[in-house]
Amino acid sequence: MSSRILKRFHWLDVLIILVLVIFAAVVWYRIDGALNYKWRWEIIPNYILRWNEDSQSWVANVLLQGLITTLRVSLYASVLALILGTILGIARCASNLAVRMLARTYLEFLRNIPPVVVIFIFYFFLSEQLVVAFNIESWARGIARSEDKAVWEFLFGDMRRFPSLVSGVIVLALFESAFVGEIVRAGIQSVNQGQREAAQSIGMSRWQQMRFIVLPQAFKRVVPPMANQFISLIKDSSIISLISVQELTFKTVELVASTRAIFEAWITTALFYFLICFALSMLFRRLEYQPDAR
Amino acid sequence: MAYQPVFANEVMTGGNPIIQAESLDKFYGSFQALDNINMSVHSGERVVICGPSGSGKSTLIRCFNALEHHSAGKLVVDGIEVYEGSKQIRKLRQEVGMVFQQFNLFPHLTVLENLTIGPMRVRKVPRAEAEANAHRYLERVHIPEQADKYPSQLSGGQQQRVAIARSLCMESRIMLFDEPTSALDPEMINEVLDVMVGLADTGMTMVCVTHEMGFARKVADTMIFMDGGQIIETAPPEKFFTQPESERCRAFLEQILEH
Repeated sequence: MSSRILKRFHWLDVLIILVLVIFAAVVWYRIDGALNYKWRWEIIPNYILRWNEDSQSWVANVLLQGLITTLRVSLYASVLALILGTILGIARCASNLAVRMLARTYLEFLRNIPPVVVIFIFYFFLSEQLVVAFNIESWARGIARSEDKAVWEFLFGDMRRFPSLVSGVIVLALFESAFVGEIVRAGIQSVNQGQREAAQSIGMSRWQQMRFIVLPQAFKRVVPPMANQFISLIKDSSIISLISVQELTFKTVELVASTRAIFEAWITTALFYFLICFALSMLFRRLEYQPDAR
Repeated sequence: MAYQPVFANEVMTGGNPIIQAESLDKFYGSFQALDNINMSVHSGERVVICGPSGSGKSTLIRCFNALEHHSAGKLVVDGIEVYEGSKQIRKLRQEVGMVFQQFNLFPHLTVLENLTIGPMRVRKVPRAEAEANAHRYLERVHIPEQADKYPSQLSGGQQQRVAIARSLCMESRIMLFDEPTSALDPEMINEVLDVMVGLADTGMTMVCVTHEMGFARKVADTMIFMDGGQIIETAPPEKFFTQPESERCRAFLEQILEH
C-alpha cells in the first residue's frame, strides 16, 4: 500500500470544503433569521481597549483586564502546581507506605470528583481559611496604600483583589498538582533502575539520587506532557470564575450581562483562549524539536 | 554442604580479609540465589568469579556493596558489617566501587561531571580538586580528550572506561566488576580489559565477575567457580585452569575455552 501524503487539493477535498461552507452558511442564516439576533461587533473593541480622556491614553477594559488576570493566575498556579506536583510525584514513589498511600488518596480523590466540585471544596475549606489565617486581606490593603504599590500591581493586579487572586491560584494549583504529580511519577519511573544503582554505588543518599540523577532525567522526559498540562491549566482556569476571581470568563459573564452581546463577547473570549493556548502549544512543539537537545 | 573452601592467598598476604562472607544465603521468594557462601578477599587480592548464567555470581558481588541484601549469614566488608537497614551502608559504598555490565553512566551529565558528581556531592571534595582528579583518572583510562562529551557520544568501550574512572574517582579501596565486557562489541573488549589489567598492577583489590578467561589467567590470584548459588571451586588460576577438581567446573571450562 502506498502512503502518499498529498500536498495539493484533490477534487474530493474541494467537495468536503464546499459542504462545510454550505453547512456554515445555513447555520448562519438560521441564527440571523430565526433568532432575529442583532450583531453588534462594533462595541467589542471598546471593551478590550478603551481611550481614557483623563489620562489621555489607552487603558485595558474588562476583556483585556480579564485576560491579564487569567495569565497571571495561570502563571502562578503553574509554578505552584509544578512544586506541589513534584512533591506529590516523589511521594508516589516513596519507600514509605503511608506517604505513598496519602499521595495516592489525594490523587484518586481529585481524579474522580468533577473539577467544579473540587474547586468549591478547596475554596470554602482551604483558601478562605488561609486568607483569614495569614491576614492576607489587611496586608493587601496595606500594600495598596503603600509607596511601592506599582511593582505589586504589576505582579498581582489590583491589590484590593489580591485575596481572591490568591484563592484562585491555590485552588487551581491544588487541582492541577494531582495531574502534574502523575506526570512526574511517570517520569521518575521511566528512569532506568541502573541509574539509581550507579548513584547508590558511589554512596549517594536517597535524596541525592533523586536530586542529582533521577529528577533531572525525569524532567527532561516529561517536558511534552507537562507543557500540555499547562495549556490545560490555562483552559481550566475559567472554572475559578465560579469563586469570583475576576479572570477572562468572569469578566465575559459580566460583559454579557450588561450589554447582551452574547455571541460577540463569547466568541471574542474564545478567540483569546484559543490564541494563547495555540500559540503556547506551537511554542512548546518548537522547543521539543531541537535535534541537539539532550 | 560440607565443602570448605581453601583460601590460597591466606598464606600469601596474611592479616584480616577486607571482604569476609560466612554462610551467606539469599532468597528471592522461594528461589535460593545464594547457598551457604563462604569466602574471603584480602587487601590487594584479585578474585575472578565465573560460572554459568543464573549461578548467583552477580548477586554475590552485588551483596558486597549492599545493592542486594543477603537473607542469612554474615558479611563484613572493609570492617563494616553489611545488613539491610545498616546506617553504615553509604560509608561502605564510598569504599567499594562498582562497574556495571550496562555502564550506567549518567546520560544528562558530561563525562567530567559524571566523574566529579560523586566526589563533590558525597565526599564534599572542592570542585577544582575533583576536576583535577577526574582528569588524572581519565588519563589513566586513556580517554583524556573526551571530558566534555556526553556519554551517548562515546563508544561502548569508552563508556565503560569512563564508568571505571568514575569508580576510581571515589578513591575506593575495593573495585567490583559485574561482567564489565559482556555488553561490548568484540573489538572494544580489549581496551576495557587493558584498563583493568593496569588497575590490577596498581595493587587494587578487585572482585570481577567475567567470562574473559585470558584476563583471568593474567591477573587473578584466586579463581572462584559458582553454580546453582554455591561456590563449587576455589583455586589459584594455574591449578584452576589445568586441573579443576569438580566435574561441573571442568565441563564449564571446556565449554567456554573451546572457542
